[in-house]
Amino acid sequence: MKKIYSVFVENRAGVLCKVAGLFWRRCFNIDSLAVGETDDKTVSHMIIVSSGEKNTLEQIEKQLNKKLDVIKVKTYDEQDTVCRELMMIKVKYNRSNRRDIMENCSIMGAQIIDMSGSFMTIQICDTPERVQMFLNTFRTISIVEITRTGTLAVPKCIETQ
Amino acid sequence: MTGADAIVKCLEQEHVEVVFGYPGVAITPFYNSILSTDIRTILVRQEQNAAHAASGYARITGRTGVVAVTSGPGAENLITGIATAFADSIPMVCITGQVDSKLMGSDVFQEADISGAVESFVKYSYIVRDAKDIPRIFKEAFHIAATGRKGPVLIDIPIDIQEDNLNKFVYPEDAKMRTYKPTVQGHIVQIKKVIRELSKAKRPILCVGGGVHLSGAKDEVIAFVEKNRIPVVCTMMGLSVMPTHHPLFYGMVGNNGQAYGNRAMNQADMIVMVGARVADRSISQPDLITENKVLVHIDVDPAEIGKNTQPAIPLVGDIGSIFKNFNELEYESDYSEWVDVLNKYRTEGENRKSAALKMAVTNQSRMQGADPVAFIRTLSLAMEEDAVYVADVGQNQLWSCANCVIRKGRFMTSGGMGTMGYAIPAAMGAKIADPSRQVVAVCGDGGFQMVMMELGTMRQYDIQAKVVVIRNKVLGLVRQYQHYHYHDHFSVIDLGDYPRIDRLTEAYDMHYYKVEDNQNIRKVVDAFLDDPVSSILEVFIDPNETA
Repeated sequence: MKKIYSVFVENRAGVLCKVAGLFWRRCFNIDSLAVGETDDKTVSHMIIVSSGEKNTLEQIEKQLNKKLDVIKVKTYDEQDTVCRELMMIKVKYNRSNRRDIMENCSIMGAQIIDMSGSFMTIQICDTPERVQMFLNTFRTISIVEITRTGTLAVPKCIETQ
Repeated sequence: MTGADAIVKCLEQEHVEVVFGYPGVAITPFYNSILSTDIRTILVRQEQNAAHAASGYARITGRTGVVAVTSGPGAENLITGIATAFADSIPMVCITGQVDSKLMGSDVFQEADISGAVESFVKYSYIVRDAKDIPRIFKEAFHIAATGRKGPVLIDIPIDIQEDNLNKFVYPEDAKMRTYKPTVQGHIVQIKKVIRELSKAKRPILCVGGGVHLSGAKDEVIAFVEKNRIPVVCTMMGLSVMPTHHPLFYGMVGNNGQAYGNRAMNQADMIVMVGARVADRSISQPDLITENKVLVHIDVDPAEIGKNTQPAIPLVGDIGSIFKNFNELEYESDYSEWVDVLNKYRTEGENRKSAALKMAVTNQSRMQGADPVAFIRTLSLAMEEDAVYVADVGQNQLWSCANCVIRKGRFMTSGGMGTMGYAIPAAMGAKIADPSRQVVAVCGDGGFQMVMMELGTMRQYDIQAKVVVIRNKVLGLVRQYQHYHYHDHFSVIDLGDYPRIDRLTEAYDMHYYKVEDNQNIRKVVDAFLDDPVSSILEVFIDPNETA
């Protein structure tokens, strides 16, 4: 089972360490983690994706709420959110695979953002599943480096009265 | 005014009476400023014991204990004491000196990242970066330590911040924290649900834990069970909520508890856990307590509820407030049949225990020395009605839990962390908290030797806590474990013949008493308890005794 925790925390030194330490100490998984400032400079927003048993996922929310630097925790199921991940992938290309790579990029909506005679860097911003799918198309291509963010998520827009 | 003056002023504002600690260069500005106040200081002989003493003080007064030590090794020595307090939810503020803030992070002499080191067992920690933050931080720290689920808070203060000047000192009226709002009032819908379930139950039982002491809700809980005639058991931390011989009390549950207490829990159709964690030592199979039973879990910490087992009715809030609500609600109940069954179990259990004890005391058990169970019974009965009994950790703790007779007194021990060496410093703290009460620390010879340097502190400050050392010259509980699980393949449990405690008492100008058999236990215990001079009672028992 997977849950997405949207955690608003005090934007102070050491808070990331405290939150990460909590996951480590209590043997909770972190599938991915993304942190950034919000429009309020005193507040940071963490998106933590975790997986585990129902009880564990409940405990994660409770233990996060117990941390004194945590302002608010919202927990979502994957299907209730819009998720995005950014990946940059640098590959070595040659004449024979160049066209394939470009076709894959075009099909998946990825962009080539940097290029030299034999290397290119491609960026894709999509759901975690599609990012993974895109990565799988590079199995036969020599990958030099990959960097990807954790999952960012916001709840789906639902009209409320 | 310096930062150090401001710290001391904060302590005055919080009505702190005593600071336990050990100075070093990084905390000297604070110890310099404290001289100009009436706050008492106690110099312990090792920092860990400062935390235990503050813990003992906090348990007796219900107020926050305060500790102040230096940076690096001083702060590191404190760690076990902090973890012990955290495991038992004891309110404490620990002030640690730190190296100059400009040098922090460069591994200078006596620098340690104490706030990072204690992260997983403090309720919160601060590093003070600016002297003007001192009043706010202290206000918050005392508020955090003593509210919600209580616990230790650490404040790390670099020496230059203690020496900095503060233009003005204003102590905030309230701690304003957007992230910290502990629940006090229980939800009325849940409260009514519990009463409704109680009115339907045929065999309900209350299991009280340390949370009842922490909330100061003993009287409300007793009033509720007496009014509705509900049987009660307790966890180790909940000992002394109910007097041992209360007609509705069926002892401690768990691995080391009374068999009839566990039987009562197993046969109940409704269990109300009150300020207890459903921890492994009291409930070894948490799933079973929800089988064919309605489980209610009352705790001030929402994270405790559902951590080890899923209750049918969770109820978050302060126990005192919740039981006040319970007491205002009337309901019809008649559990007399259930109480009769439990009384029968208890009588049978107690008769068995008495017969075993009689056999042991008349030396039919082939054991050498005094019988530990007989000794602890006699000691607790000889103690004053409202005395404080502090058990250390090991076999002595298990014998104490199962056999100490509590009337109006208090039982304290390191239940969560099981820290050896807890009893003597905690007893010092308890005695300082209330000098009018008799305080007795009961430890084994292993735990005693971890903290025997504190005899110096006791003598220096004339802290008249009594010390009992149960002497079997081995690490008894480990030996017992190796006996059962490793077929007597004993490893590293022998403590040898030293120290000679009679000579040690001479070195500290204390009086020495000993019990070597079952003949004159009461006489020796009475003389020991009545002695106005600090004294140690050494009780020789057989290393083969099991708890």
